[in-house]
Amino acid sequence: MTRIVPILWKRILSGLLILALLNCFPASVPAANKLSVVTATTDLAALVQEVGGDRVEVDSIARGYQDPHFVEAKPSFLLKLRKTDLLVIVGLELEIGWLPPLIQQSGNPKIQVGAPGYLDASRFATILEIPTGQVTRAEGDVHPLGNPHYWLDPENGLRIAKGIKDKLIEMHPADADYFAQRYASFEQRLKQADQQWLAEMKPYAGRKIVTYHRSWPNFAQHFHLDVDGYVEPRPGIPPSPQHTVELIQLMKRDGVKVIVVEPYFDLKTPNSIARETGGQVVVLMPSVGGEKEITDYFKLFDYDIAKLKQAFDTTK
Amino acid sequence: MGKIIVVWTAILLLSAAGGAQERPSASESLNSGNTKVSTNPVSTEDQRIKILEDQVQLLTQQLSLLRGEFTSLREANAAAAELGPRLVLTSVHSESATLSEALGANTPAAASPTPQDNPMQPSALQTYGGATSNAKLLNPDISMIGDFIGTVGHNSVVPSRSLELHESELGVQAIIDPYSRGDFFLSFGEQGVNVEEGYVTFTSLPKGFVARVGKMRAAFGKVNTIHNHALDYIDRPLATVNLLGGEDGINDAGVSVTRIFAGPKDWFLEGTAQVFRGDSADVFQANDRKDVSVVGHFRGYKDLSESTNLDIGFSYARGHNNMGSAFLTNLYGADTTLRWKPLRRAVYNSLMWRNEFFWSNRDQLSSAITRVTEHAFGLYSSLNYRVNRRWTVGGRFDRSDRATNSALTDTGFSSIVTYWPSEFSQIRGQYRFGRYAEGVNANEFLMQVLFVLGAHGAHPF
Repeated sequence: MTRIVPILWKRILSGLLILALLNCFPASVPAANKLSVVTATTDLAALVQEVGGDRVEVDSIARGYQDPHFVEAKPSFLLKLRKTDLLVIVGLELEIGWLPPLIQQSGNPKIQVGAPGYLDASRFATILEIPTGQVTRAEGDVHPLGNPHYWLDPENGLRIAKGIKDKLIEMHPADADYFAQRYASFEQRLKQADQQWLAEMKPYAGRKIVTYHRSWPNFAQHFHLDVDGYVEPRPGIPPSPQHTVELIQLMKRDGVKVIVVEPYFDLKTPNSIARETGGQVVVLMPSVGGEKEITDYFKLFDYDIAKLKQAFDTTK
Repeated sequence: MGKIIVVWTAILLLSAAGGAQERPSASESLNSGNTKVSTNPVSTEDQRIKILEDQVQLLTQQLSLLRGEFTSLREANAAAAELGPRLVLTSVHSESATLSEALGANTPAAASPTPQDNPMQPSALQTYGGATSNAKLLNPDISMIGDFIGTVGHNSVVPSRSLELHESELGVQAIIDPYSRGDFFLSFGEQGVNVEEGYVTFTSLPKGFVARVGKMRAAFGKVNTIHNHALDYIDRPLATVNLLGGEDGINDAGVSVTRIFAGPKDWFLEGTAQVFRGDSADVFQANDRKDVSVVGHFRGYKDLSESTNLDIGFSYARGHNNMGSAFLTNLYGADTTLRWKPLRRAVYNSLMWRNEFFWSNRDQLSSAITRVTEHAFGLYSSLNYRVNRRWTVGGRFDRSDRATNSALTDTGFSSIVTYWPSEFSQIRGQYRFGRYAEGVNANEFLMQVLFVLGAHGAHPF
């Protein structure tokens, strides 16, 4: 029976040998001198691209038309994460259901929580709806640190881009001038675009809307819209008949006609609410890549504002 | 410590000074806003908004200054390095609190802050009588999962209680230091407390290795790695019960090393090698210190499309059994999982088809007192479908020989319906039919309520 032990060790050794051999598989190594960046969402990827230009190779885990709370922790994402230099996340527990295991299993020390390659973009942004006092799940799937959909405010976009710029410079000081220049150009273009967006939305300032999920507080604040109610009774809880009836009453009372829905929610309840209230459902994209034509951070607002204007005009 | 106090005092003074500079202008603009209200409400509204925006911007700038101070303080304090992520969270928190404060400052009531209303200090440095109370911020994430099961029907082979709080699982999880994290799962059953899993994971090893040390569920196939509350059914498949040691499965103290690889054609490959003491329920038993058991697992995964993926695995386990050190049990496993989940409809519809096959070669004494190897085989196949946001349905076919006597074969079928009031609770009903080798049929109905308290865990995949 002592014979067994050497056999065991032999097996373990051969196992390790196999691991070592597999190690020889050439991984797709990013082109030299380029920083490899992975972001949790497409919006962050778009901002990294704006600042990083051709000196970074950026990829997002979630797709733009996907509910960022419910991304699956697919092993294929580990292949993106295991070699990357920088991971940029939305934070505020948006990714809590799927990102922690991915980070942990990636075997990449550079992007572990707190490591230099781990960047929580919420640090730079203005955060709304931070619950005060006792937080319980009686309020649904609340985010104790505040609403994580903060990127839908161009000013936050700029703040995040600045944070990304500082991080890229820190990681790649040789390209400091390049990143600074890209950021300056982005800042200028974004401020210009924002002027135009604000001007476009000005006629609708103060208009009341109803949204499916609480994805739009930052957007609404920036463009002076008033979110009057939600299709979800509580965050993460699907619509209930009673709440829907109450919402219809509220909308009739306040004259709310526009129901904003994210692309990943069912349209049945919003549509029936729209029928009852004579309103209109408008599917706005919360993220870059939600539709094919939304290829960058600018087009995201272009798209959403065009859709919203159309909805406001037809329900006048 | 003295250094920290000095730096904090500096921050307090700085921010107080900043506040003092900024505030008069805020009230000025507020006044100018008020005077104009009567003349032209529309433009005043715009102006006010603009003024407020400017104010907020100013405050944000000050905050970033403060945050810089804060960061430098943190960096200066090398001992606090491990506080990193938590402190980041607090800083986010306090920052935003300040911003809302700043927004609130345009109402006259809030416009008379005193220097003590330092923006940074309240949430970040709240102490309740001693430096140690800040340690609360470092408390691990705690969750408690209740698993209540009720059974009706008749089963004379594997009887279970009518009603039981089957398991209460306490999860305590935290990042230990920049190199590792710790996870504990203590399960309180009807019989007592058991450390279901308790391990440290080293996440910053060279060459992409991830290592685990502690007590853990072995990486043998799929169902063996899943905690009770995360199963797709109320019970475990017959093959687990007959060949893999029942509910606890292969679960032992040891060391695990994992490495992921990029295979050809976008295949994700993962190899896991584990060495355990050799004690796992009634599968393995260490009669001697040398009787360690080993488990190896190889996994391949490929995205067939954006919404469909294929997951396959091969497992091997070897250990000594309760007949003595000379008696080995070799286990082989194969698993396949096909998942479908359209990204746009992820919360409404998904499908999972999973099959697992187990082969058990167990050395034991025959009736003639000679050493023989008993070859037993078991499998299950399960199909689960999410019908809509709140309902999932599934069915499972089971068939398994018994490890000690492969002539005895049990067969079963289950169907399950799960209702999800929210992400944090489930109510399930399962019908289970079993045809046992003894020639007995069992028809049972199981009911389960699962409820999660505390920290939001990772979604199972």
